[in-house]
Amino acid sequence: MKQQETSPADPPTTGSPPAPPGTSPGDAPSGPATDLTAIPVRGDVPTEDPPPNASDSAVTSPARPLFERPSDAGLLAARPVPRRRPGRWISAAALLVLGAMLVNTLVTNKRFEWGTVGDYLLRGPILHGLELTLWLTAAVMATGYVLGIGLAAMRLSGNPVLRALSFGYVWLVRSIPPLVQLLFWYELASLYPRLSFGIPFGPEFVTWRTAHLFSGVLAAYVALSIDVAAFSAEIVRGGILSVDPGQTQAAQALGLSGGRIFRRIVLPQAMPAIVPASGNLLIGMLKATSIVSVIAVQDLLYSAQLIYNQNFRIMPLLLVATLWYIALTTLLSIGQYYVERYFARGTGRRGRGEGPRRREPRGFRAVVRANLPLFGPAGARGAGSSVGARSAGPAVTELPVGLS
Amino acid sequence: MTGADVPGTSAAADRGPLVRVRGLRKSYGQHTVLDGIDLDVPEGGVTVLLGPSGSGKSTLLRCVNHLERPDAGFVEVGGEIVGHRHEGGRLHELRPRAVTRQRARIGMVFQQFNLFPHLTVLDNITEAPVAVRGIPRKQAAATALDLLRRVGLEGRAAAYPRQLSGGQQQRVAIARALAMEPQLMLFDEPTSALDPELVGEVLAVVRDLAVSGMTMIVVTHEIGFAREVADTVVFLDGGRIVESGPPGTVLTAPRHERARAFLSAVL
Repeated sequence: MKQQETSPADPPTTGSPPAPPGTSPGDAPSGPATDLTAIPVRGDVPTEDPPPNASDSAVTSPARPLFERPSDAGLLAARPVPRRRPGRWISAAALLVLGAMLVNTLVTNKRFEWGTVGDYLLRGPILHGLELTLWLTAAVMATGYVLGIGLAAMRLSGNPVLRALSFGYVWLVRSIPPLVQLLFWYELASLYPRLSFGIPFGPEFVTWRTAHLFSGVLAAYVALSIDVAAFSAEIVRGGILSVDPGQTQAAQALGLSGGRIFRRIVLPQAMPAIVPASGNLLIGMLKATSIVSVIAVQDLLYSAQLIYNQNFRIMPLLLVATLWYIALTTLLSIGQYYVERYFARGTGRRGRGEGPRRREPRGFRAVVRANLPLFGPAGARGAGSSVGARSAGPAVTELPVGLS
Repeated sequence: MTGADVPGTSAAADRGPLVRVRGLRKSYGQHTVLDGIDLDVPEGGVTVLLGPSGSGKSTLLRCVNHLERPDAGFVEVGGEIVGHRHEGGRLHELRPRAVTRQRARIGMVFQQFNLFPHLTVLDNITEAPVAVRGIPRKQAAATALDLLRRVGLEGRAAAYPRQLSGGQQQRVAIARALAMEPQLMLFDEPTSALDPELVGEVLAVVRDLAVSGMTMIVVTHEIGFAREVADTVVFLDGGRIVESGPPGTVLTAPRHERARAFLSAVL
């Protein structure tokens, strides 16, 4: 906007109306149009002839200098144009083509049997499987995080025995594939036929037959909880370590109690580091619960498998499960966004109403508009009049300036 | 000096200095940071600790509110041994709850401000009064606004620390410490992390506080400020007090060679 107001008041610099705002000498990449627009910008004070410069230079500028220092007024009136990014357009175009191919095949390939997918999407067995997946994930994450926070506290404590135990636990559990852990708990009876509860090395109060105790679901719950505990312990520990120790000292100096310091001062500041990783773990676990299908627990995936084992419509039923996983992951991702935003308050990262921000991510529209000159003016220069019309759109001209 | 001759706790302390430090020693591994410190700070007095980096100033300050546990010797504030209980010829470290109660009477201001970035200015100030002293939130907020006015930050109660300049943050940190109505204020290089032009506004607040009769121990490199505000200047080097006295004497005519070298370098 500003440029449009000032440029008419500056006749000496902007000679001919359409072209100048966008072009500054030496940075117009597009071939033939360069020379056309160059004429008005380069002044008309004659100096030596340009060096041998192909045929078109002879055509356009017999008496014009190759370069003249522009006046300050001209520079002030010139509209700043962001760097062009042809790579963005090329990569985007290539990927859009690939995306279009994907959509095309999804729609046109009859063997996906979308009708069958639709039929089964809300069937009872699938929904039952979904329910089990959901609560197994919830239970595993809840238990895992309780254990994980405890392990993180142990690891950060001053007690070397607790520190070593926590370290050893995390090392061991992270070393064993979850599938192996799952099978281990499921087959625990082969190691310990009986389990009992009592005083260590002393009398036993209650005794179970292990094979009866560890059903598939319980084995899955225990194995996955143990797994989550190890990973969440590292996430929580990392989050706590990311908080400046000065925060704890300041809180101690104020006389706050240890528990209060953790809950009110340390944990909220650790959350921005904890939440994204935890969201990752949660989404990962949502899908990782599908490994329980190997021990015949009827989760979402296994329910689908049971059906296609009978009707052999493998792909459609896998798609049914996939669509549900996608839907759930989408919900969780949205939730994560809001949780992150909540804990970002005061940090200047995406906080609400907090003064100047460093670099706002630009939306798709803004990016497209900022890159318009790449094609726009170059093509439009020949047409002349349309440039003025295009750059008259206020949003187009304002954006690059406002963002710099 | 050895810390073995620990006197009885409180009986005689009523009319004595507010802070008594005796035979304080602290080392990290081989490195001795405090090598037998004896120091008295009278009630209402302002003591400035000077000395080169690593001379033990900050560690001494942090022993006063038991952020550091001394290896030997003791600190007494208001007649009460800080962080320990004298019983059966031993100094038993107190349980966290008791230490917490003692710390609540001692305000501390840090070099890096250490405001809680996720809390607003108002919440920073009211957090401890509400949580520790059980003051109703409304009343605590009223006091906080009053304190903000005193440090010249009226109207910034709803801001987050990140939105304030360093000098403003440090003034909030002072208000936060004052909200606990401490008997004693500790300042650990309160202006060292500030842009030069912001130092003045913080020192002005500290000066006001000194004038109002607050007992203070201040670690600083601002010699001019020390000269103006201090009742006693204490010069530390290598974990020992090498010189102490009124600023007129210590700052203008230091007897100890190390103090002379330091002052000539700083001034």
